[in-house]
Amino acid sequence: MRRTGVITVTFYTMRKQTKLISKERDHIMTIEPTLAHQLYREMLLIRRAEERILQELMQGKLASTMCHVSIGQEAVPVGVCSQMQPQDYLTSTHRGHGHFLARGGDPKRMMAELFGKETGYCKGRGGSMHITDAAIGHLGANGIVGGHIGIAVGAALWSQMSQRDAVTICFFGDGGLTEGIFHEAANLAAVWKLPLVFVCENNQYAMSLPWNKSVAQPHIKTYAASYGMKALDVDGQDVLAVREAAGELMAHARSGAGPALLGAYTYRFLGHSRADPSKYRDPEEEARERARDPLLILRQNVSTSLLSDADPEAINAEIEALMDESVAFAEASPFAPMSAALEDVYA
Amino acid sequence: MTLLAYRDALRRALYEEMKQDERVFILGEDVGAYGGAYKVTDGLLKEFGERRVRDTPLSEAIIVGAALGAAMVGGRPVAELMYVDFATLAMDQIVNQAAKIHYMFGGQLSVPMVLRTQQGTGRGAGAQHSQSLESWFVHIPGLKVVAPSAPRDAYGLLKSSIRDGNPIIFLEHKGLYAVKGEVEDGEFTIPLGAADIKRAGTDVTIITYSRMVGLALEVAEKYAQQGVEIEVVDVRTLKPLDFETMAVSAGKTGRVIVLHEAVKTGGVGGEISAELNTRLFGCLKAPILRVAAEDVPLPANLELEKAVIPGAERLGAAIDDVIAFST
Repeated sequence: MRRTGVITVTFYTMRKQTKLISKERDHIMTIEPTLAHQLYREMLLIRRAEERILQELMQGKLASTMCHVSIGQEAVPVGVCSQMQPQDYLTSTHRGHGHFLARGGDPKRMMAELFGKETGYCKGRGGSMHITDAAIGHLGANGIVGGHIGIAVGAALWSQMSQRDAVTICFFGDGGLTEGIFHEAANLAAVWKLPLVFVCENNQYAMSLPWNKSVAQPHIKTYAASYGMKALDVDGQDVLAVREAAGELMAHARSGAGPALLGAYTYRFLGHSRADPSKYRDPEEEARERARDPLLILRQNVSTSLLSDADPEAINAEIEALMDESVAFAEASPFAPMSAALEDVYA
Repeated sequence: MTLLAYRDALRRALYEEMKQDERVFILGEDVGAYGGAYKVTDGLLKEFGERRVRDTPLSEAIIVGAALGAAMVGGRPVAELMYVDFATLAMDQIVNQAAKIHYMFGGQLSVPMVLRTQQGTGRGAGAQHSQSLESWFVHIPGLKVVAPSAPRDAYGLLKSSIRDGNPIIFLEHKGLYAVKGEVEDGEFTIPLGAADIKRAGTDVTIITYSRMVGLALEVAEKYAQQGVEIEVVDVRTLKPLDFETMAVSAGKTGRVIVLHEAVKTGGVGGEISAELNTRLFGCLKAPILRVAAEDVPLPANLELEKAVIPGAERLGAAIDDVIAFST
């Protein structure tokens, strides 16, 4: 049975630590079954891919020790990227597998990159922190927190100068928000009215520092006000809310009205990296936040009938098979020759 | 041939490249109506408009960031940092981003960007506006570094830099902008990575670049009157370095002095000296000497400034030393 569901999503004005304080407005949206399927599948793809990456890492199969997973944060990239057009750009962070897969990156070549293979996106020279597919407008996962924000401004600038109908999405976290370049970028983008949407994924911890000890204002959107940017804060665990807000802000940016800022409140279910057991976090807080799993929230929000042709078990089986295929592809691929380490220093 | 000032030669290169290639644009502080702090971009706003000659706020990191991001998706930006000293505010964008993009992403993306800036002493600008920081950039794989000494080189090398596919650090010298020199009327380029013999000689080789080329030529004329013929090699491009030309000259004279305005410790002179020692061990008549700035910050007082940077006296003493060593 196919029918359109009517969903209410909420845009929040404030969220302090884990508690939602007040809501700005309810937003009525409609959702097609195919969209529910797509969003659920992409979030599950990211979840399973990162679980598999951790598993392979523990078995010593990855070529690098650096790996930061975004388990728990899947709704943000999936909601945002679901509104992107093919010509749009995005820049990503050290915690970038989600942005990459949500934008349509190939999990096989991504896994090959993590295994350090020649068939990987960056020929084994990038690894997890620099996963990139320029062909789909993905301008790179970046190892320097905030470092890629400049690239996003430049991509938006050239889009504007060359009259391309492209919006650039710049993902960063609560850690990136406190880097100086964000403020230089927000100001310049606003002065030049660049087609750019800053997406602050507030996963509540900059490595170990809780965001209420690092970010002066609890409203992420407050930071937009001083630059005259349009902004919305949403529950980043609700993919439909993220999607709606991202759509509104991207339409604003695409119209030529200037940049925008989306504050998405989410939670890093695991540690900063595999070496981090998160001892600085309250286990009760972790349990409470893990219960707000974006996959569960989507299933609760859409009616059973809406996901009927997107049976979660069937989706899961398809993705597990894709992960097996991706790992097999990575394992079967050759390592780059040692001489490849000396290539591509210059264009 | 036309007699052009260094700044006018640079402007001619910018003008021609912008005329020929719609992708080339300029951004930086005061590059528009003001015409650039040292007047290199003067008049370009009127010619090309605000879209392609873009005044920026005082935000060095995002000036470089915006340039490199635009370069990654099809633009050909020429960004200006008013003083090389301000590059400190943009080092992540230069070192971790621009220099690494092509390699780190497996060759998928590149950064055809020129970062013009100026450095050096001569105006009593003090400790934060007079440094020569070329060795910072020379140390970073993925960057190319250019430092022209003359109007003709400035013109030809800037054109090559704009057409190159890589991030280029283009180091002008604040003391050279008004210096005039002959430049051919027709269009030409000078390849990156090619040194130039500015004066031929047989007895001593002075390897240098940027404003110190002028000092070397001046001192060489004095020594010529005493029958000592000095060859002056202007390396012009600091990365990649043209060791072939340097080694041929050094092999011929057997006596080498490396001269630069940057401080000696960790300077490019050490790199040049080490490589020439490797290539020419046993062929040299004297140890390679370095003449460079003292290891101190630069004072604002113009007289004190002269005590820090190399002058004719110190260069002369080094020449006397390498000659005395083997005679």
